[in-house]
Amino acid sequence: MKKYLLQSIRLTVVLMLLLCVIYPLMVAFGGSFFKGNGGGEKLFKNGKVAGYALIGQSFTKPEYFWGRPSAVDYNAAGSGGSNKGPSNPDYLVVVSARIDTLLKYHPYLKKADIPADMVTASGSGLDPNISEQGAIMQIKRVAANRGLTDRAVAELVVKNTVGPLLGMFGPSVVNVLKLNLALDELRK
Amino acid sequence: MNTELPGIIATYLLTLVIAIPLGKYLAKVFAGEQVWTDFLKPIESGIFKLSGINPKEEMNWKQHMKALLSINMVWLVYGFFVLIYQDKLPLNPDGNPGMAPDLSFNTIISFVVNCNLQHYSGESGVSYLTQHFVLMFLQFVSCATGIAAAVVLFKAFRDKTSAKLGNFWDFFVKSITRLLLPLSLVIALILAFNGTPTSYEGKDQFISVQGDTVNVSRGPAAGFIAIKHLGTNGGGWFGVNSAHPLENPSYLTAMVELIAQVIIPIAMVIAFGYFIRRKKLAWMIFGVMTIGMLLLMIPTLISELGGSPAIEKMGISQATGAMEGKEMRFGPALSAYWSTVTTIISTGSVNSMHDSTMPLTGLWQLLGMMINSFYGGCGVGILNYFIYLIIAVFISGLMVGRTPEFLGHKVEAREIKIAALVTLLSPFLILSGTAIASYVFTNNGEAAWAVQPQNWLNNPGFHGFSEMLYEMTSSNANNGSGFEGLGDNNVFWNVATGFVLILGRFLPIIAPIAIAGLLGAKKYIPESAGTLKTDTVTFSLMTFVVILVLNALSYFPALALGPLAEYFTMLK
Repeated sequence: MKKYLLQSIRLTVVLMLLLCVIYPLMVAFGGSFFKGNGGGEKLFKNGKVAGYALIGQSFTKPEYFWGRPSAVDYNAAGSGGSNKGPSNPDYLVVVSARIDTLLKYHPYLKKADIPADMVTASGSGLDPNISEQGAIMQIKRVAANRGLTDRAVAELVVKNTVGPLLGMFGPSVVNVLKLNLALDELRK
Repeated sequence: MNTELPGIIATYLLTLVIAIPLGKYLAKVFAGEQVWTDFLKPIESGIFKLSGINPKEEMNWKQHMKALLSINMVWLVYGFFVLIYQDKLPLNPDGNPGMAPDLSFNTIISFVVNCNLQHYSGESGVSYLTQHFVLMFLQFVSCATGIAAAVVLFKAFRDKTSAKLGNFWDFFVKSITRLLLPLSLVIALILAFNGTPTSYEGKDQFISVQGDTVNVSRGPAAGFIAIKHLGTNGGGWFGVNSAHPLENPSYLTAMVELIAQVIIPIAMVIAFGYFIRRKKLAWMIFGVMTIGMLLLMIPTLISELGGSPAIEKMGISQATGAMEGKEMRFGPALSAYWSTVTTIISTGSVNSMHDSTMPLTGLWQLLGMMINSFYGGCGVGILNYFIYLIIAVFISGLMVGRTPEFLGHKVEAREIKIAALVTLLSPFLILSGTAIASYVFTNNGEAAWAVQPQNWLNNPGFHGFSEMLYEMTSSNANNGSGFEGLGDNNVFWNVATGFVLILGRFLPIIAPIAIAGLLGAKKYIPESAGTLKTDTVTFSLMTFVVILVLNALSYFPALALGPLAEYFTMLK
């Protein structure tokens, strides 16, 4: 047993050098050549960092497209989901209230026009995306608040919709931050 | 919908395309035959020389287990202290505090046993030093431990009679150099290319479009996330694991992470057959496991794609399925697929919040972890399955009135006793653990712990019970996923699951190795017309029935109190 213990300690130290020093440094070296240089891809507005492409942020003003509800208010230093079970009565009240809020700000909508992603909290609380339908249902409101035509806003939505992987796999999504930055560009 | 189902079919097919050749390759690596990665031999010799190990020294099964337990003990002690004192150690740019002893106890066991149950949150609970030098290190070596243990079992059945079963360190180091490290490097670079951070910079701060000040946690996560999946570990860099957009940036990375976590469990089954020169047996085992997986996955897909009945009633469009706790870029189909995969093999990484999935989905998740061998974890999946095989051999032997035999070795009372005991261990740990937790919750709600028992549950009623049942099941299965609504960072859950974790890891490794060691040393009986053949469809069906019956008998009452009861109340 003593022999094995001694070998264990030495092997642990040697492997640590390989797995905890050499390996992550190789990955860090590779990562430094990619988008964002290994620190996460940033998006800019007027030359200033306006956010991270992959991290959703809170949009509440009427002239912006809104993202999904977040259980952590888009706190990117502490992610989290709601962890509410499907039968939880308090949770169902919250969802119901979200529907009412959406209907209040989008009086032209029917309930069936609202997709589930717009009234349910995402897993991370930082979901950067909404569904295509989630963006389409907001077009009229955003256009009215910006004095733009519905068509101009709709075109931006189409431009910012990313289809399935290779056109075949997975859902179509709209990155809310990118779409809103594009909207702000349009105003200039 | 029409693009979401093809996505999961493509993911599974790609998994097989990689896993099957990988299995054949692994059989050769561990048999010491020539393979194209032999250019790594000098590195391995270097590692052995520096560690004072002679990789040619043959061990019997007991020596193997002594080596395995020694090195695991070293990791436990080392890690426990690093976690407590991480605030005083370097590489802590976010200034995170040291862990409380009970949390450290739980975390270090959880990572040593390949479970990665996390009662802390990555952003605020650990330093970069801890992430790399403790957690990521353990993700590599705990997986290699499982693989090496499985190879010891393989070795016992390769030759007719043999008490000498190779060298533990040899299997262990080769698992890392020939498999885990090279593949992790590839996966990490794919993740980095798609946006997962790799640099050592700490938190960043910026002003959002609407003028809010936002802090973003980052860190060298890509390498960690690669081995977390490849090694069926599952512990996340960030709190919400692979639902986090930096941890899993796109549909493509989700496919890569899904493929990464399944290839080794499948490859180990194939490797078993090729290693012991009984390919048909491996394909039969693979068949049973695959059917088992499909039987859990298809109903999961149906229940998630159908959406939430409660939200349906509100008149909202659930075109693609239930969305609470899910990320838009993955969608319900891939998230359902993921939830099945991560529970049947012991990864426990999540890309959606299991607590918010539909009641029946929760049922299938729990059942997948209870069975724990439809593919199963790195190395340990095949070990768990082996126990079911031995029980099936025994029952079949009784049914046809012959002495039970497995691969030419008589299975006798001693082996059956070991198999029976380890089969009973899981329900004992899960059910008594849940019972004690329920008792404390009901009768001791005011206890002055970090989270008072009365505040443990995030959901009332049957779902709350499921949260506790899930935590115990996940610990015993060394899975690590959770119904994360549970307030688990307090002395009760940290200590209780710590013990469940450690018992649920080492006994189910030692037992099959002991059985294999005992069987392998017995006289080889050549096959005759009277031999019970274990590589037939009939016997595979028998094994499948044994798995179902054992698990149904053990767990049906608990499942009826949790997810089933919730399902039926939602039907009203």
